[in-house]
Amino acid sequence: MSFFDAVFYLFAIITTLAATGVIIARNPVHAALFLVLAFCSAAGLWMLLEAEFLAITLVLVYVGAVMVLFLFVVMMLDINLVKLREGFWRWFPFGAGIAGLMVFEMVWVLGSRQTSESSKAVLHAANYSNTKELGRLLYTQYVYPFELAAVVLLVAMVAAIALTLRRRAGVKSQNVSEQVKVKKADRLRVVKMPSESRADGK
Amino acid sequence: MEKIKEFFRTFLLVELLKGMALTGRYMFARKITVQFPDEKTPQGYRFRGLHAQRRYPNGEERCIGCKLCEAVCPALAIKIEVAEREDGTRRTTQYDIDLTKCIFCGFCEESCPVDAIVETRIFEYHGENRGDLYYTKPMLLAVGEKHEAQIAKDRASDAKYR
Amino acid sequence: MMEWLEPIQKMLGPAWLPIWTLLKIVVIVLPLMGAVAYLTLAERKVIGWMQIRIGPNRVGYFGLLQPLADGLKLLMKEIIVPSGANKFLFIIAPILTLMPALAVWAVVPFNAELVVANVNAGLLYVLAMASLGVYGVIIAGWASNSKYAFLGSLRSAAQIVSYEIAMGFALVTVLMAAQSLNLGDIVRGQQGTHGLLNWYFIPLFPMFVVYFISGVAETNRAPFDVAEGESEIVAGFHVEYSGMAFALFFLGEYANMILVSFLTSIMFLGGWLSPLPFLPDGILWMFIKVAFVLFLFLWFRATFPRYRYDQLMRLGWKVFIPVSLIWVVVVGVWMQTSYWLW
Repeated sequence: MSFFDAVFYLFAIITTLAATGVIIARNPVHAALFLVLAFCSAAGLWMLLEAEFLAITLVLVYVGAVMVLFLFVVMMLDINLVKLREGFWRWFPFGAGIAGLMVFEMVWVLGSRQTSESSKAVLHAANYSNTKELGRLLYTQYVYPFELAAVVLLVAMVAAIALTLRRRAGVKSQNVSEQVKVKKADRLRVVKMPSESRADGK
Repeated sequence: MEKIKEFFRTFLLVELLKGMALTGRYMFARKITVQFPDEKTPQGYRFRGLHAQRRYPNGEERCIGCKLCEAVCPALAIKIEVAEREDGTRRTTQYDIDLTKCIFCGFCEESCPVDAIVETRIFEYHGENRGDLYYTKPMLLAVGEKHEAQIAKDRASDAKYR
Repeated sequence: MMEWLEPIQKMLGPAWLPIWTLLKIVVIVLPLMGAVAYLTLAERKVIGWMQIRIGPNRVGYFGLLQPLADGLKLLMKEIIVPSGANKFLFIIAPILTLMPALAVWAVVPFNAELVVANVNAGLLYVLAMASLGVYGVIIAGWASNSKYAFLGSLRSAAQIVSYEIAMGFALVTVLMAAQSLNLGDIVRGQQGTHGLLNWYFIPLFPMFVVYFISGVAETNRAPFDVAEGESEIVAGFHVEYSGMAFALFFLGEYANMILVSFLTSIMFLGGWLSPLPFLPDGILWMFIKVAFVLFLFLWFRATFPRYRYDQLMRLGWKVFIPVSLIWVVVVGVWMQTSYWLW
């Protein structure tokens, strides 16, 4: 087993364990942190495939931004575990069915000869830049799908903002822009006057 | 026009740069720190530091156990027990000042009819254990004996204003 | 280079690479920790001077032993774990803050040859690692099981995540100008016959400002240190920490400061290039620039009062992000014209 394989198996084991941790951890915060670990080790796996752009983007986007927001929400939840577990056995067959289906699909896709043989990782020269290659492909061959996806995302973002934005009447809030604009002259008046003698003549 | 000027002023961070220029200038200003153990600021004769109990020149302790200081103390830092001595005078058997409670207001000193409890110029005292700053009568008397000359001089300077 | 090392290399065989890499890491991390220690002294001195004080001068001549005394004190102190805390996460949080701050140094070039890993996607790596730093903060706040720590961690995490966006866009303009993600190539892109006029801070000046201010916010430094906010939430996410665990947060903060200074010098101030064309380039210029940027950090802290939290968020989202978005377009258009001289 070469060093390369050793690293692969290390990352693979960590990914699998972390992914298992995500579903068995009782505390949702622990589950989220396991997911972070899974993402990180998956990024390591991609790095081995010389897909450094994808690996780093995975860390940057999923670990650095998405999971942070996830944690934000999860940390503030007040979860009653007993209540959550109430319907477990009732829904178990349903969940197990879906899980079985997914396993079957994965085996079908990954196990078939067509997909597994053609997807051998290609080793490139030292000066090969994964980022450059991806950029070239995205902006030449796949430019329309790429732009389309971007527009879809933009629409989703605008929609999300529009759905959550509501102007309630009677809410008192500060207008920060106005506050920041204030100058010394708006608030402070320096009065110059001559000194006066005391009224009682002392 | 005013708006455009304001826009540029904000984005060029004029005000922030002004503030930084000010602090930058002060960086080279003469430093005014008093290097404490080596240099000391002058003290007035009314300085209120560590407490002391005084004695008369003949060695008799001044305190007559009137408890005025205990009554006036706003921080309830003074505790006094009084008994009759063999010669028939009223004397304190216990006179404790808890310096961790004391706020150094000087009321005890002012209320004392015989100038027995005074505050000295000492302010660098310390304690290494819990309870070290609980001063009992012998400790206070010891402080008084040690610094009597300075204490007497300070009282004399202040006498004309009383 | 390094011919004299070859016999050792032959002797160690395949173990050579890991050992050599470890050595390189140690050679970077140790001076970095020293720099962090003396940065705290410099900070206290500079801020002292700006407030007409002297600053620490008792421990050693000119206070030079003060950082060592502080370090020793923190090492000797007990690490108190609150009874309601999640012990594992509580201990691991300070490590998670320091780790990314050190990991980024792998791709930071000190001069044309001196870099641990000459990665093609260096800039992306820097961004990714910087975004990991927020985990230490979040986990510290949550694991402490204290409302002040929790509020502080929410604040500072939100702040770090928001300013990362503006920072990212600022870096986008840099990589557009340099046409490379490699930090060494970015510096080489600023090479030219005009010395300091060739550096990117001239065409990208607004981004230079945005990047630096975002860097200040990202490292939770004054005037953006609402995470600490002594007057409101005691000390933010690290209230419950003591001893060396607390010191690790500090090390992380200062290591991040030095890192932001290095990145600013690399991306906008020409890295190891000399400002005047007739002087030789070299690592010394790098250190001078970094020292200058670090001084700016301290100067900021001595000058500006703390931002209010909502104002800080407004600055990030409503000012910096639009400005940087616009400048990305401006640079893009500018580069297509013949007026792009860089």
